[in-house]
Amino acid sequence: MSEHEISVVVNGARRSVRVPSRLSLADLLRDKLGLTGTHLGCEHGACGACSVLVNGEVVRACLMFAVQVDGDEVTTIEGIGSEDGVLTPVQAAFRDCHGLQCGFCTPGFVVTVTALLERNPAPDDGEIRTALSGNLCRCTGYQGIIEAVRSLRSGVEHAD
Amino acid sequence: MLHACFVRSPLARARIASVDVEKACAVAGVRGVLTGADINGEVVDLWYSQVGPDVPRTPLPPLAEGEVRFAGDPVALVVADDRYVAEDAAELVAVDYEPLDAVVDLHAALDSDSLVHEGWAGNVCAELATPTDHLAEAFANAAHVVETEIHQQAYVACPLETRGLVVEWSPADGSLSVWASSQSPHDFRQFASRLLGVAEHKIRVICQDTGGGFGQKINAHREDIVLLLAARHFPAPLKYIEDRRENLMASSSRRESGRVRMALNAEGVVQAATIDHLSNAGAYPIPYPLISSAAVGAIFPGPLKYQLGAFSTKCVFTNTPGLTAYRGPWEFETLAREVSLDAAARQIGVDPAELRRRNMLSRHDLPHTNALGMTLTDMTPLETLELALEAVEYEVFRQEQDEARAQGRYLGIGISSYVEPTTTNMPHHGSEGATIRVEPSGTVNVYLAGGSAGNSLETTAIQLTADALDVDVGVVNTVQGDTALTPFGSGTAGSRSGSMVAGAIRETAAILRNRIAEVAADALGVRAEVIEVAGGSAFVEANPINALTLAEVAHHAYFGKDAAGGLEASARYHTQAPNLWANASHICTVEVDIETGLVRILRYVVAEDCGPMINPNVVEGQIAGGVVQGIGGALLEHFEWDVDGNPLATTFVDYLLPSTTDVPIIEYLHMEGSPGPGPGGFKGVGEGGAIGAPAAVANAVADALSPFGVELRELPLSPATLLRHLADGGAG
Repeated sequence: MSEHEISVVVNGARRSVRVPSRLSLADLLRDKLGLTGTHLGCEHGACGACSVLVNGEVVRACLMFAVQVDGDEVTTIEGIGSEDGVLTPVQAAFRDCHGLQCGFCTPGFVVTVTALLERNPAPDDGEIRTALSGNLCRCTGYQGIIEAVRSLRSGVEHAD
Repeated sequence: MLHACFVRSPLARARIASVDVEKACAVAGVRGVLTGADINGEVVDLWYSQVGPDVPRTPLPPLAEGEVRFAGDPVALVVADDRYVAEDAAELVAVDYEPLDAVVDLHAALDSDSLVHEGWAGNVCAELATPTDHLAEAFANAAHVVETEIHQQAYVACPLETRGLVVEWSPADGSLSVWASSQSPHDFRQFASRLLGVAEHKIRVICQDTGGGFGQKINAHREDIVLLLAARHFPAPLKYIEDRRENLMASSSRRESGRVRMALNAEGVVQAATIDHLSNAGAYPIPYPLISSAAVGAIFPGPLKYQLGAFSTKCVFTNTPGLTAYRGPWEFETLAREVSLDAAARQIGVDPAELRRRNMLSRHDLPHTNALGMTLTDMTPLETLELALEAVEYEVFRQEQDEARAQGRYLGIGISSYVEPTTTNMPHHGSEGATIRVEPSGTVNVYLAGGSAGNSLETTAIQLTADALDVDVGVVNTVQGDTALTPFGSGTAGSRSGSMVAGAIRETAAILRNRIAEVAADALGVRAEVIEVAGGSAFVEANPINALTLAEVAHHAYFGKDAAGGLEASARYHTQAPNLWANASHICTVEVDIETGLVRILRYVVAEDCGPMINPNVVEGQIAGGVVQGIGGALLEHFEWDVDGNPLATTFVDYLLPSTTDVPIIEYLHMEGSPGPGPGGFKGVGEGGAIGAPAAVANAVADALSPFGVELRELPLSPATLLRHLADGGAG
């Protein structure tokens, strides 16, 4: 198995790691870098639990190889949240709107919603549903998740 | 950390001629490969607490030996330094399979020459039937006899986090640590203790942040069993996380079929009804499935008043994954009854809402002993129906439906009402313990068995404890899911946790409040009887100026002159009622595109009665999750096999879970006026959404397509299925 030295900025810090060519980005993040907030729900690119940002774009970490992010910037849920535990507005809205139950899909949703709102700060209901349709949740029936995004759109304040 | 990967059968049924592990063992980084011959003989005792040791023990080899019995059947376990290497090596395990005819179809299994398990004639795993003679007269004299047949496809729990565990055997002291994705940490430990013959106190099971369960993670599965056995072969942390393909093809499935007969009088009042029910046990059901099957028959009368009933049920072995519990394991009774009621309404020309009004129990009819001998109490079936009908503006919708039809658009409305036995008093589920400790600083910890898998038991426990001690929720923390730290409890299952946890906390807090009063009385030099415990402090009612904060009471309790007592209590709650009955009425409206067969849900209303709500967010969250699973079951999800038993939906690209674009906004109406006989009057709410939804959606679709004379008898109602029915049914 050939290995490659890659250099990638993860959550703002440059990391140089030696990886097998077949190592997935998700496994790089979880197993080699200890960033276990990125969850694996299907490893087929269908559930969105492993969503991360690569150069600001939402990608499925299970569908990319680690070698593909050589020279790139990767942001995981750990990089979106703050180290001191203060919730971002998206995270606070999920909590306030009961937008998570088991929490397994939540990191992927938070990543997706964060990117959505950066691109489109005032999505209408249809845009919200379309933007989130690639993230699966089995607990909430999406009710609280959609409500969380709507509350952000309408500018509701969320205390931490 | 070592990593495990299963070698699984690619065939639904085959004889295993040989298993050659040599090449796999030679791969660098492989620590070993275990087969059934290596570990199956190590099983000491294998039975499930839910059903006890005395039910018939269906075959359950940890790894397949001699024969594989479904596509996905685990044959060997490869252990390696990392998961990639383990998967590489798994492909090098050479299993020589001699294919055999697979038993796949539920009905054909009963007459098949092939047996899934030798010695189980007719592939019958379990069966039960009640007498029918007493119904003959009612059917003979009926103005209308309605017969329906309903097939519910295989659909599965699909927790977003798959199954998995880490086991670590410590040879020096003979102890085992397990980090499990389980709804029942203490039961997992009991099970492991029996399985391995290792004393219970030498096993520690830790379950934290389980990523969804929905019944699939109540009991240890064969993969868990294999890992538990493998632990002693590899005394290092050993991890198995199944992938999605394995979870879909090998974890569990539920597939049912039923034939319903209803006798109605000229006024449309049901006089008698029967259901003949078939349930797929698969190859390896966990546990023995007769209880949930019998529940289908016993609860089939649901919210209806009729007094003459009967049922038969058979659980059938097939070469498919084994049956395990899935959210509302007896849900088929609601699907069968509610679909049959709508079929009856169409057959005799009565509106389906009106037909239900003529047949449903109101709170004033309770207690009521149903046709199968179950006594229903403390519910509001007819009341929730009326509430939901009002909310959905039923009459207005009927007008809109007429107008739409005139324009060539097909709207439909579907009703589904159910009654649900929550918090059943089965021996293993009947009691729950709690420990509450006021720490020396005055903060509070409540220790509970746990097993939360996304059902908000942490929030619930903190809230209930804060209420019971009358302290701020901010000072309460909870510790759950670790058998070494928490009192025994049987985990989250059967919509029991809310009521049982409330009971355990109530009993424990009562003791603790007395203790707080004692300590405060001692400190204040008064009798304990005059002490009030409220608002986070203890004081003499006549002289509240001398109030002691909980922190001051705790200081006295731990460091004062009577420090022996501390400030901690443990107690258990034992439920007295056989069940806490909950109920709901769901109403769904849809539009069906007759060109594409696509169903769009317009509105979804749930009027429910789970008693007083501990936390409305949690209640509605549970309902929403269940309803959407039911919508998936009605429209999208289909774990299908071909005739040879090959699974056809092994990714989320083929097995379609509802997404944000498939679900409506769910509207909730709560009736809290019929509290149950348990603590606080709370009743269970974890499963009901998934029980009510499939029938509501199916009835709405059938109603939309009623102009075409279409009777829908099989789920899911996919576009392909609907277009086929429309083609077969003609153009009305």
